[in-house]
Amino acid sequence: MSATLVTVLCGAMLLGAVAGALGCFAVLKRHSLLGDALAHAALPGVCLAYMFGLTAGLDPRHPLLLFGGALATAWLGTVMIMGIARTTRLKYDAAIGIVLSVFFGAGIVLLTYLQKNGGAQQAGLDKFLFGQAAALSRGDVWTMAVFGAIVLGVVVLCFRPFKLVVFNAEHAGSLGLPVRRYELLLVTLIVVAVVLGLRTVGVVLIAALLVTPAAAARQWTEKLSVMVLLAALFGMAAGGLGAYLSAQSARMPTGPLIVLSATALLLVSLLLSPRRGLLWAWVRRRRNRERVRIENLLKDMWRLGEMDQRYTAPRAVSDVLAVRGAALRAIREARESRFLTQEGTQVRLTERGLERAARIVRNHRIWELYLSNRLDLADDHLHRDAEDMEHALDDEVLEQIDEALGRPAQDPHGRPIPRGVPA
Amino acid sequence: MSTALEFHDLTVAYHTKPVLWDVDLSVPTGRLVAIVGPNGAGKSTLMKAALDLVPLASGYVRIFGQHYEESRGRVAYVPQRESVDWDFPATVFDVVMMGRYGRLGWFRRPGRGDRNAAMEALEKVGMAEFADRQISRLSGGQQQRTFLARALVQDAELYMMDEPFAGVDAVTERAIVQLLRDLQQKGRTVVCVHHDLQTAPEYYDWLVLLNMRLVAAGPMEEVFVTENLHRTYGGRLSILEQAATSLLRGQKGARA
Repeated sequence: MSATLVTVLCGAMLLGAVAGALGCFAVLKRHSLLGDALAHAALPGVCLAYMFGLTAGLDPRHPLLLFGGALATAWLGTVMIMGIARTTRLKYDAAIGIVLSVFFGAGIVLLTYLQKNGGAQQAGLDKFLFGQAAALSRGDVWTMAVFGAIVLGVVVLCFRPFKLVVFNAEHAGSLGLPVRRYELLLVTLIVVAVVLGLRTVGVVLIAALLVTPAAAARQWTEKLSVMVLLAALFGMAAGGLGAYLSAQSARMPTGPLIVLSATALLLVSLLLSPRRGLLWAWVRRRRNRERVRIENLLKDMWRLGEMDQRYTAPRAVSDVLAVRGAALRAIREARESRFLTQEGTQVRLTERGLERAARIVRNHRIWELYLSNRLDLADDHLHRDAEDMEHALDDEVLEQIDEALGRPAQDPHGRPIPRGVPA
Repeated sequence: MSTALEFHDLTVAYHTKPVLWDVDLSVPTGRLVAIVGPNGAGKSTLMKAALDLVPLASGYVRIFGQHYEESRGRVAYVPQRESVDWDFPATVFDVVMMGRYGRLGWFRRPGRGDRNAAMEALEKVGMAEFADRQISRLSGGQQQRTFLARALVQDAELYMMDEPFAGVDAVTERAIVQLLRDLQQKGRTVVCVHHDLQTAPEYYDWLVLLNMRLVAAGPMEEVFVTENLHRTYGGRLSILEQAATSLLRGQKGARA
């Protein structure tokens, strides 16, 4: 690995960590769009700082100079957004839209002017649009390291006030926390993180580096501290991967590659995370549907048993399926769960199956009775509601209802409510 | 009987729209107080004005005879349940602990005493077994109990609760009523924004009727009379509202 590549990777990973950690607070406080606006607002600052450097006879490309300019206009943009939202009738999102486009427009005008007249092409100012990690100098990375460390240090130090302000600002205020001051500090840190990333990711896409790792991290944890740590790691991974890929071909802008890497992490998280993942939700739904199918089949077999009082007698598969038109796969599923045994075309309930059938019929009939007694629903409306609830009611709730009804013997249609398993 | 909460000539406005107008009110200590009025009457705003959370256009507030800054340690606030995003990554215990930071300081680590206090508060609201539950998985009633526990660990003398009964189940409602009575028995003052006229006389012993201005305030049996309720809920005080709006607009214009 060349020394340049090491420099570039260090810079990109550092940036990912800082943006990821701060992004958690931005996302939870619903400030995601603010990050986008102030990134765009930084562009005119970069150009103005460059022009200032030219006229003042300084090195116009010095990282600290450009950094300072970006910081100034980004911060100005932020203050304007808050001011507009507070003093006029315009809403917060409108204020964000206005500031973002005005500042970005001004930035593009300045940039175009400088490209024609000020040698901005050579200075690489155009790289501020989409980022070019390969253009990072050692000085850039050192600047990022120093400011990044400061930002992360403040986050660690002020973790608790930030947590209180983000979760419930009014309560924090009632405790005496200077809410305004901490909100301003948080926004300032976001400004610094965004400006740090301009060279690497570019003004257009830097907001994604705030939002995406934080959103991915949220999928995996229910603890804010863990979320911040994870988001920093995700940001590092995305930054490193994106910078590495972009270094492989010189023309490839870094920002889009970093954003795509982060988005890949987010997609994996959305799909696979244990509690919130879509994949597991889908598996849970499937399992649930299977359970409902099995329980309905068992109930049908109970009905057949009720007719001749022989609950565990063998029944023809066709008779069982005919009760409600159940699917054949329900028989297989119930067999695999050992609720029934099959010999040829005959099935019979096992001990386990009988128990479950009794319970589900009891649930259904108690719930019907409850609806009929307490909610005065008409008899012909009861069945469908009970059909859904019988699978969902847990034992504790059912016990309460049963007790409230005085442990009834019959449902509203006069059918017996099973108590235990018939002999 | 001493005064827990006092508003003097209080006016609050959002932009140019007045929300509260000339409120003069003294709440004695040791009472269970309901603030009742129609939507948009400024009930929550009155509470926030007391807690120094909204700027006052005029007038002042005293709590136990002091500025809020000085009496803050003696006050606990329970905001509306809907005011926070319950998908925030935290457990029930974390949230209750937040009530402790006022006296603990923002940077010190909580000690055993703080943790015990949090568990004790959770027991009082019947949530001890849910201490480690993520707040995103709570029912409405459980959310409210969590908020109440967060206020209880503050061990305050004055409790300010914004609609503690909104959207809770019957069991939680009974538990909250019991909790309010326990607090009163210990000599604490409780002030609640309450939305249900029917239950107000049963749950509280002191009543504030509010509709942008103070309609009436005093012991429940004296204030809860038809005439007062009509004055609170009937008509929107349109003349007063317009006068107030134009006046404030004039003030703003003069300043600019």
